[in-house]
Amino acid sequence: MRLLNRSAGRVSRHRRGPVAALVVLLLGLLLTGGLYTALAPAQAEQAQSDVELIAEGRKLFLVGCATCHGQNAEGLETVREGYLKGPSLVGSGAAAVHFQVGTGRMPMARPEQQAPRKEAAYTEGEIEAMAAFVASLAPGPAIPTEQDYSIAGLSEAEREEAIVRGGQIFLTNCTACHNFNGRGGALQRGGYAPSLHGVEDKYIYEALLTGPQQMPNFSNGNLSPEQKRDLIAYINSIEDAPAYGGFGLGDLGPVSEGLFGWLFIGVLVGFAIWIAAHTTRSTRAPHIEEGAEA
Amino acid sequence: MIEPGNDDAITPGTEGTLAVREEPIANPGLPAHQWRPTDVDDRAAKRAERQIAAMFVLSMICAVLFVVAYLTLEIGDNFDTFIGLGASTVALGLALGFALLFIGIGIIQWARKLMGDHEIMEMRHPAASSAEDRKETLAALALGAEESGIARRPLVRNTLLGSLGFLGLPLVILLRDLGPSNAEVADAEAGTGLQHTIWKKGMRLVRDVIGTPIKASELEIGDLVNAAPEALFPTEENGYPEIEGVALNVQKAKGAIILVKMEPDEIKSAKGRENWTVDGLICYSKICTHVGCPISLYERTTHHVLCPCHQSTFDLADSARVIFGPAHRSLPQLPLAVDAEGYLIAQSDFDEPVGASYWEREKQ
Repeated sequence: MRLLNRSAGRVSRHRRGPVAALVVLLLGLLLTGGLYTALAPAQAEQAQSDVELIAEGRKLFLVGCATCHGQNAEGLETVREGYLKGPSLVGSGAAAVHFQVGTGRMPMARPEQQAPRKEAAYTEGEIEAMAAFVASLAPGPAIPTEQDYSIAGLSEAEREEAIVRGGQIFLTNCTACHNFNGRGGALQRGGYAPSLHGVEDKYIYEALLTGPQQMPNFSNGNLSPEQKRDLIAYINSIEDAPAYGGFGLGDLGPVSEGLFGWLFIGVLVGFAIWIAAHTTRSTRAPHIEEGAEA
Repeated sequence: MIEPGNDDAITPGTEGTLAVREEPIANPGLPAHQWRPTDVDDRAAKRAERQIAAMFVLSMICAVLFVVAYLTLEIGDNFDTFIGLGASTVALGLALGFALLFIGIGIIQWARKLMGDHEIMEMRHPAASSAEDRKETLAALALGAEESGIARRPLVRNTLLGSLGFLGLPLVILLRDLGPSNAEVADAEAGTGLQHTIWKKGMRLVRDVIGTPIKASELEIGDLVNAAPEALFPTEENGYPEIEGVALNVQKAKGAIILVKMEPDEIKSAKGRENWTVDGLICYSKICTHVGCPISLYERTTHHVLCPCHQSTFDLADSARVIFGPAHRSLPQLPLAVDAEGYLIAQSDFDEPVGASYWEREKQ
C-alpha cells in the first residue's frame, strides 16, 4: 500500500511538468485507437466474416473429415449393413464439432470402438471455422459461452447451493457410467466412460448438450442450462477436494482397493517368509558347558 | 504288508515267502545344530536384546502418537489436511499400523535371535483310544439304552420324537408373523405391495431429484432422463398428498424410471404396446429384474442399458429384452401419453410387478 502511495506521489509531482500534457494526449489517443480496432471492425465485418469462416471451415472439412463423414457431412456407410464409417453431422451443431475436435477425439487416428482424448490437431480458429461450417448445414446446439457454465458471478451462498444441487443431479444422472467420483468406467465391447477430472468446463457442457459417442444427450429440455451449470460446479468442487479417507487409488472402488489389499498382504506374507528363512548362523559353538545339553 | 512298486524293500526269502527289510535306508538323523552369533557371543545377545526393546519402545511411542493425533487433529466439515489427504485418517492409520508393526518386528527379532532354536522331534502316536477304553464306553452306552427301556417302550420313544417335531410349529408361526404378507398390503389404489407402484393414469413424469415436469417436445433424440413419479414431489399446485419416511422410500424404490428418446422407427413395439410411446420417447422401470439394482448406464447408439451389479443388458429399442446377463425378464414398460399442456404423463401403472422376483409373483 505504501509503495502504491509513493508511486502515486511520484506521478503527481510530475503532473505540472512540461511534457505532462503531451503524454496525457498521447495516452488518450492510444486508448481510443486501441478500443476502436478491438471492437468496431468486428461488428462491421460480421456478416462478411461469417461467410468466409464457413468457406474456410468447409475447406478444412473436405481435407480432414470428409473421408469418413462424406463431402457434405451426410455420413458414410460401410459395406456391412448398419456399420457406419462416420455418422452424419447434419444437425449436430457447432458444439459437437468444438467438443470432438477441440478434445482431439476427431479426427480419429484409426477406426476403433471409441475415440480417445488426445492432442488437438487443429487450432482454436480452425475449429471455429469447421464448427461454423457444420452449424451452417442445419440448426444444432451452439458453442456455449462462459456465462453458461461458470458460477463466478454468484454470491458465496448461491455458489454453495449450486454445488449441492449439482451434486444431486450428478448422482442421479452421471454416476451410472462416470463412477461416483467422476473417474469414469467401462462400457460394453471396449467402450468406456472417460474420467471427468481435469476436463475443461466448456467441454463438459458441450458433451452434455451433444452426447458424444455412446453418451446420451442432456439437452436443455432434459437438464436446463442452470442445472448443467450446477452440475459442472459440482464436478469442479470434487476435482480439488482433499481426500479425507486417504489415497483414493484412482477412486475406482473395490477393483483397485481389493488389488492393493491382496498385493499388500502378499508382500507382507513374502516378507515374513523371508525373515523366517534367513537367520545368521555361527561356525563356533558356545564356550559354556551347558551347550552339551542341546 | 508288501506294497507294489516298492521292490527295493523286498528280499526274496524261502519258498514263495517274502521278508521285509527293517530299514532299507539308514535314518540319517537330524543335521548337527548350528549356533547363532547370539548363542555364542554375549555381546551380540546384548545387542539383540537392546534392538528388541527398542522396537517395543517405538511401538509405545506410536500408540501415544495415536492418542495425540486423535485428540488434536480436526475432523468433520473443516478437517485438517496433509498433502491433500485427511490428516486425521492418515495419522491414526500410520500410528496404529506402526504400533502393531513394531510389536510384530520385536517379537520376530526375539524369536530369531534369543529364543532357543534347537530342533525337537516328536513321534506320532495312534489317534484311537485303547481297546479297553472303547469296550468300556460301548458297554456303558448299551447299559444306558437297556435301563432307559427306549427299545422296549416304543410309545415313549415315538411321543418324544413327536413332541420334538411339534416344537417346529411355534417357530414357523413366529417367523411367518414377523410382518404383513405381500397379499395383505397389496392395494392398487394406494400403490402398495410388490405388484403395484405409485404410478397412476395421468400422473406426470418429473425429473428425478429436481421434480420438474418434462415437456415431450423439448427432448431431443439421444436424451436420457432419469425420472420419477410426480406424486413423490408434492406441491400445492399438483395437490399430491405428502408422503414421508419408509413409505416414501418404498415408493421411490419402486417408481423410478428411465425415459429415452430414439428415432421412432428404431423402436420395435411389442404386441399391444404400439401406443405406449410418444414420438420416439419410451419409458421403462429403472429397477433391474434380476435383484433390483437401479440401472441407467445407457448407450445411445446401441440402445442398451447395463446393470452395474451383474452386467444384465437390456435392449430398450426392443421392449427392454434381456440380451445378456442373469436377468430373466424384460424391464417393465410404462405406457406414455401427453397431457393438454404437452407434459409427459403415464397412461397407467406398470402392467407387471417391477424389480426382482418373489414367491407369489407368477400367481397374481
